Amino acid sequence: MHEVLHPNATRTELDYAELLRRSAPGKTRLQDLASEEMVLNMGPQHPSTHGVLRLELVTDGEIVLEVIPHLGYLHRCFEKHAESLPYPQTIPYTDRLDYLASMNNNLAFVMGVEQMMGLTGQLPKRVEYIRVLVAELNRIASHLVAIGTFGLDVGAITPFLWCFRDREHILKMLEWASGARMLYNYIWIGGLFFDIPVGFEDRCAEFVHYFKPKLAELNGLLTGNRIFVDRTANVGVLPLDVAINYGCSGPVLRGSGLKMDLRRLDGYSVYPEIDFEVCYGRGEMGKVGDCWDRYKVRVDEIAQSLKIIEQCLEKLVKAHPRGDNFDPRGMCPPKARPKAGEYYSRAENPKGELGFYFIADGKSDIPLRCKCRAPSFSNLSVVPEISRGVLIADLIAILGSIDFVLGEVDR
Amino acid sequence: MTAEAISEMISAQVGADAVTSSQLQVPQPVLHIAPASLPAVCTLLRDDPALYFDYLECLSGVDEGPEANSIGVVYHIRSITRGHRLVLKCFVQRDAHPTLPSIAHIWRTADWHEREAFDLLGITFTGHPDMRRILMPEDWVGHPLRKDYVNPEFYHDFKTAY
Repeated sequence: MHEVLHPNATRTELDYAELLRRSAPGKTRLQDLASEEMVLNMGPQHPSTHGVLRLELVTDGEIVLEVIPHLGYLHRCFEKHAESLPYPQTIPYTDRLDYLASMNNNLAFVMGVEQMMGLTGQLPKRVEYIRVLVAELNRIASHLVAIGTFGLDVGAITPFLWCFRDREHILKMLEWASGARMLYNYIWIGGLFFDIPVGFEDRCAEFVHYFKPKLAELNGLLTGNRIFVDRTANVGVLPLDVAINYGCSGPVLRGSGLKMDLRRLDGYSVYPEIDFEVCYGRGEMGKVGDCWDRYKVRVDEIAQSLKIIEQCLEKLVKAHPRGDNFDPRGMCPPKARPKAGEYYSRAENPKGELGFYFIADGKSDIPLRCKCRAPSFSNLSVVPEISRGVLIADLIAILGSIDFVLGEVDR
Repeated sequence: MTAEAISEMISAQVGADAVTSSQLQVPQPVLHIAPASLPAVCTLLRDDPALYFDYLECLSGVDEGPEANSIGVVYHIRSITRGHRLVLKCFVQRDAHPTLPSIAHIWRTADWHEREAFDLLGITFTGHPDMRRILMPEDWVGHPLRKDYVNPEFYHDFKTAY
């Protein structure tokens, strides 16, 4: 490619002349530049894939041309297990779906079985309020991980430490109630494993009192932070029609501007009696549906969850206090054998709509079919669509804002 | 809109044989759709302004076992704007390679869920853009959620039983 230099010329002179010639405008054309696509593997062991996800990236320099996700590294045959075991024995397996929000998984599964057995609406109010209380506590814990790791992905380390510090308080409380730190098996078909321990309400109220200023502090540190906004606003914009067509749900769908929450829409458990607002993306920092909007929905939902927890605590202390005649397992059927039929039950998890589709034959304790519709599975499937033509660094931000958990993607 | 009205609408616009049967007296009404007219029915359900089923909630492959001799897919759809829900079922004879038309071009949710149904139940979807396993290893033999599935004794010289 290079021209042959004159043998008598000194190198420096000619190099300088050559450089001048090359720097003249119009001498180097764009199509002469060497440009080639490269396949990069991101994951399965990559900190920003939040688990064992492998993304095959076709890149041109720093630009991502194509993303091909490869799943299955954490496949544990959940559905096969569920179709080989009686209903109550599947509950511990649901803990491991979205292991950051096990209470919510328990609740979604148990509600489906109760619906098939005709128990819905008959449970003691105290059971229902405890269920909502622990589910919302777990929602805060899950959102704290989402926010903390999202900040970490785009370069903010302090919020991560703060989020995990506060999440630990919640995990300690849930451990006190259920005996396990993350995988609870606390909500049972027709009731609860145990009543909440004596003093739980006080400690929970103390936590809410402690956590409210911390949330404001977190907002001040991250939400309006110029660097954070620059990294997330107008990045990974997910239009609403695309989100709906890909079956996104939860904060990903609400971040795109849809005000829809299954807790409101279906009004399951005691949510109709509770006052809270549905948060959705408004495009305050950029376009509606960008990474920042999805982040903001989660932050707002934490505040709403705190509001729900306060109302539950008030009800649990005043209207439905603990008593000697209250048995959390009183309604638990000795044998969970639903009538023949089928039911699709859904619940609003921190990640989105968690659905279970049961087919029961009425003759055995084991479901004929138990399909788990995991929110992260559908939310993750939209990543190739919104990641075409973004920078690799922005892909990290997009993955962080989707907030998937591989435990329920791979099941 | 009720499931009966939707069923009549499908019969009028797609064909009288599109809806083979229905179960309407259950909590979540079901329409059984003939496999050949499934894409046409789904397109109608999504695009008709009165129906407007824009959201595919769940797509579940179901194997009813060798005695029932049927295998197929259950679709749970809902309309976010209109607020109604519907269950579609599409079943075929159970053999080694059951085939159904893909609806991944109608609702993109179906893309990965159909791959999952192929992976775990061995249902092939014609017209799917990328029909391959999604959860199990590529070289796995068999489809685990089939009712007559037998776990292989070895996988890459490792015993699978534990």
